[in-house]
Amino acid sequence: MEAPATAVTVPAQARASRLGHLLDSEKWLGWLMISPAILFIVALVGFPFFLAIFYSVSDITVGSTSMSFVGLENFKHVVQDHVFQRALKNTFIFAIVSNVIVLVLAKVLALALLKDFRGKWFVRLLILLPWVAPISLGSIGWLWILDSIYSIINWSLRAVGIFGPHTWPIWLGQPDLAMVSIITVHAWRLLPLATVILLAGLTAIPQDIHDAAAVDGAGFWRHLFQITIPLVLPIMIVAVLFGMVFTFTDMIVIYVLTRGGPFHTTEVLASLAFFTGIDGGNLAEGAAIALFLFPVLAASAIVLLRVAKRTEVA
Amino acid sequence: MASGRHTLKKWGAKGGHFGVLAAFTTFAAFPFYWMLITTFKETRDLLNTKNNPFLFNDPPTLEHLRLLFQGTLYGQWLWNTVWVGVIVVGITLLLAMPAGYALARLTGRTGEQLGIAIFLTYLVPPTILFIPLSRVIGDLGLQDSLWSLVLVYPSFTVPFCTWLLMGFFKAIPPDLEEAAMIDGLSRFGAFVKIVIPMSVAGVLTVVIFSFTLVMQEFVYALTFITAASNFTVSVGVPTFLVRGDVYFWGSLMAGCFIASVPIAIVYNFFVDRFIAGFTVGAVK
Repeated sequence: MEAPATAVTVPAQARASRLGHLLDSEKWLGWLMISPAILFIVALVGFPFFLAIFYSVSDITVGSTSMSFVGLENFKHVVQDHVFQRALKNTFIFAIVSNVIVLVLAKVLALALLKDFRGKWFVRLLILLPWVAPISLGSIGWLWILDSIYSIINWSLRAVGIFGPHTWPIWLGQPDLAMVSIITVHAWRLLPLATVILLAGLTAIPQDIHDAAAVDGAGFWRHLFQITIPLVLPIMIVAVLFGMVFTFTDMIVIYVLTRGGPFHTTEVLASLAFFTGIDGGNLAEGAAIALFLFPVLAASAIVLLRVAKRTEVA
Repeated sequence: MASGRHTLKKWGAKGGHFGVLAAFTTFAAFPFYWMLITTFKETRDLLNTKNNPFLFNDPPTLEHLRLLFQGTLYGQWLWNTVWVGVIVVGITLLLAMPAGYALARLTGRTGEQLGIAIFLTYLVPPTILFIPLSRVIGDLGLQDSLWSLVLVYPSFTVPFCTWLLMGFFKAIPPDLEEAAMIDGLSRFGAFVKIVIPMSVAGVLTVVIFSFTLVMQEFVYALTFITAASNFTVSVGVPTFLVRGDVYFWGSLMAGCFIASVPIAIVYNFFVDRFIAGFTVGAVK
């Protein structure tokens, strides 16, 4: 008889030892149940991640059958490239500016959605659309709205007389306007997520606290800055972190709207990595570019952990 | 006098509230409204800059929808997306349900840390992994096959879904399983026969969430798939239908609208549960 079988058939002798055994076998069952998921994640997230590091210090290309170690050559080459410098700068600009905008707008919108009114579910559905719809398809909607000839924005602004007969901005074709467009689409896409996260935070504040503040005579702004914002701060951090991660690593909006153009003025790290590594076939350099995303992601993860830990203690 | 001013203020606040909501709703939903309008307009109406674009200057047409489904591979892309989505949802449930249960009940303190580690892998984006994975997929001979997506997509659905399910399982009182185990069920039996049937809401949330992620995914599909007939919707429309100088805006917008709005309506019912997962307990 093998050990596990005897363990089951042994009659109850010492309660304590049996309980200990049971707990022990439960722990084994636990690890058995979780191991497929972990193996999968290690194989498809952990392994490729280390492969990316490995590629970044090699000279691998799409077709190559052998590769050699080149040290930090790829990173050196990449850092000196002015397109890369532009992409690095853009990545930060897009992520920071759109998230600041989103944070302010989401706060206003979440406060408006906190009240009850007729048709609230329908309003919420419409507001969620940009987040749930595939962003590659939502961006095509914007491609049509921002079209160089048929832009509905230009048509409307001219119709109401804001644009004169000679004003006709090419939203995706002029460098500064293209950046504004990209930021707008990012903000449009992220606003729903930030709003519902903030809304969850606002709903969790007990009504007593609002009542007490009202009794003490706090006005709207004092109430907002001394009660509401401090109380939702942890959840605001969560909303901003997710927003940052999503914009920072995104290449879809750029790919659909501008392909990094005009003249690389809207290029970001993710799109540059794609054009270099996949379209250009230079896997090594593409991997090196993509790895520049990692420090920011690691920092976000650390902040997220801290927030989680602090609220757990509180 | 005082009460008159009070009423005025109240109406002002109401008007302000309405104004804020109207402005935001317009900003969020206008692109989709515009897709819908464009879908039914004649091409010559769309491309005449003298026409008022908000009006139907010609009678509505179904021509763009006909072209989309009969003249392009759109139907195939929808089918591909659903096919990949269903298999990925299956794999996700198979991996994430036991993992979530183990984290909720069996692995104790170490498990808690592990749960957070699993959740954090959700933050590792496709844009870091797609370059090495493209090579791995090639070596496995899955290049240009939908199976490559079936293999890779669970890597981002499983972490978050494990985390979500852990929360659901924790909320079920342990007494029920213990009672069933006294009646002779094994721990695993109790999980399958008691816990899973009680977590239908949680499982449904995971199904919707995973399916939405599959529909939205773009980078991997763009990297691994080259043949037009193997695209998913989110890649097929922006790469294959947007080609050359002539855009078929009517069909393009129809394609975007059809793949966006229905899933959003379903998602809306589950959104509070996702948020509970996203906020990692930052809200009690």
